[in-house]
Amino acid sequence: MSAVASPRPHPRQGFGLRRWWPLAIVALVVLAAIFAPWLAPYDPNQQNLIGRLKPPGTVSRAFHYWLGSDELGRDVLSRIIYGSRVSLVVAFASVILSGTVGTTLGMIAAYRRGWTETVVMRVVDVFLSIPAVLLAIITVAVLGPSLVNVILVLALTRWPRYARIAYSQTLSVATMPYVRLAALMGAGATRVLFRHVLPNIIGAVSVVATLEFGLMVLFEAGLSFLGLGVQPPTASWGSMLSTGRNYVATAWWVATLPGLCLFVLVLAVNLTGDAVRDRLDPRFR
Amino acid sequence: MSVTDVPVLAIDDLVIDIGGNRIVDHVSLSLGSGRILAIVGESGCGKSLTALSVLGLLPKAARITGGEIRLNGRDLLPLGEAALSDIRGNEATIIFQEPVASLNPLMRVGEQVEEALRLHRGLSANAARGEAIAMMARVGIPDASRRARQYPFELSGGMCQRIMIAAALICRPALLIADEPTTALDVTIQAQILELMRDLRGDVGSAIVLITHDMGVVADLADDVCVMYGGRIVESGPVEPIFAAPRHPYTKLLLATIPTLQGQRKMTLRTIEGMVPSAESWPDGCRFRTRCPLADEACVATPPLADVGPGHAAACWHSADVEALA
Repeated sequence: MSAVASPRPHPRQGFGLRRWWPLAIVALVVLAAIFAPWLAPYDPNQQNLIGRLKPPGTVSRAFHYWLGSDELGRDVLSRIIYGSRVSLVVAFASVILSGTVGTTLGMIAAYRRGWTETVVMRVVDVFLSIPAVLLAIITVAVLGPSLVNVILVLALTRWPRYARIAYSQTLSVATMPYVRLAALMGAGATRVLFRHVLPNIIGAVSVVATLEFGLMVLFEAGLSFLGLGVQPPTASWGSMLSTGRNYVATAWWVATLPGLCLFVLVLAVNLTGDAVRDRLDPRFR
Repeated sequence: MSVTDVPVLAIDDLVIDIGGNRIVDHVSLSLGSGRILAIVGESGCGKSLTALSVLGLLPKAARITGGEIRLNGRDLLPLGEAALSDIRGNEATIIFQEPVASLNPLMRVGEQVEEALRLHRGLSANAARGEAIAMMARVGIPDASRRARQYPFELSGGMCQRIMIAAALICRPALLIADEPTTALDVTIQAQILELMRDLRGDVGSAIVLITHDMGVVADLADDVCVMYGGRIVESGPVEPIFAAPRHPYTKLLLATIPTLQGQRKMTLRTIEGMVPSAESWPDGCRFRTRCPLADEACVATPPLADVGPGHAAACWHSADVEALA
């Protein structure tokens, strides 16, 4: 960035459409997930064996396949709409769970120091040194695949990210006179951490959380693709990709369209994350 | 000001060591209710450690190896962390030198003033709110009920220090320790804050320990002075005799460093030769002797803190000759 002063406001400063349009896409997907029963033209699990693997626009018996049909004649559009529920529920729940656990542990480690710090941060190092996907696969294999287990597994593998950022942020905030003052005025550790430290580090944590959200959507799809996520017949973008893969040469829409949705959602989430980060970066305030 | 029999704060023969070095060396002082005691000295003379030890706020490396600290007659040193945190913010409290950094940037200032009340008196938010606003008005914050809803960044440094003082005094503590409360403020605001503190001690009745290196602030505010050098008290007593006729060469030189409006223009500012030696290299005997113009062989022995006037004591073998010092 050049040091020359520009007469125009910094393009990153505004709340303008330029930075925030990706949020509209995310909102669209969220609305689609919430109102799936009203938006989806058909039951996502209703089969029509005569209308198998029909291209987009085909009409077969009572079905009008706007985005084609899959190998059991189910409506791809309806399955995509219902599939967004799985993606979003898993991503939201795992981000909230891992964010809460990781942030709390990171804050405690940085505030308590001593052996608490050593134990927590070394465990974080261990977790970060294991490939997350591998850990997830092993855990799901042991626990058995289900929606709840996918959420637990993602939370289990992702909390160290939050712990690290919360740890480093807390270290610096904890040296501020107002935190020391609150502590010496008789406020207990819980009160100091949640009333004085947390509000001052939540910005950094929420940036990580937004970026993680996109990653969680991908992870869920990845686990479902491997058959370790939600089980058939529940629609999920990952499992649609997985089964659609077999027909990609003859019926490209079965795998391509959910893949495209995945791509657009993750891109939109990441761009939103960037906008959030720039918004919270003091240099751009 | 009535001085009760039991002093609010009595430090007796306090010794603090850090890693084998004696940082505070047999310091004794006492402070009656409503009195203001200034502890003066250069950086590293042990003034902050002495004051912080009262609240049990010493850095981890520091050890109190001797002496007694009594707050309203109660010995503080044997108390555990729980008992101490009951006292802090309630009976004894502290304000730091950076008012803006001492306030949580993301919390309304009113809430921060209330915090001690809620912690120590268990008041509800609503009950505490009224008292907080009254205290904010008392420390000279105009339109206190509106200001209470503002955040620290919306207030000036002087306003923030007023907020800190309101927060410190909200529980009407017996003792307020002010660690260089005006250092970060500009001179006109300094004067206002000092005036406020002078007003408040009559009102709230708190005894104040003022830690400073600014002799001007001392002359303005304090009743008594303790001059520290190298971890020891070198001179103590009421403000007037110490300013009029200091009996320790260090005090004399410290006063001489204050620039005056009289005299020649372009005169070089007076300084005290040399640097404060670090704790490892403090000399035997009188610790000021390496920088002292009066030093001779006698100073190799440690001078006792001896009475030189009513309530006035100095630790110098040559205290009679200080007056003649240019």
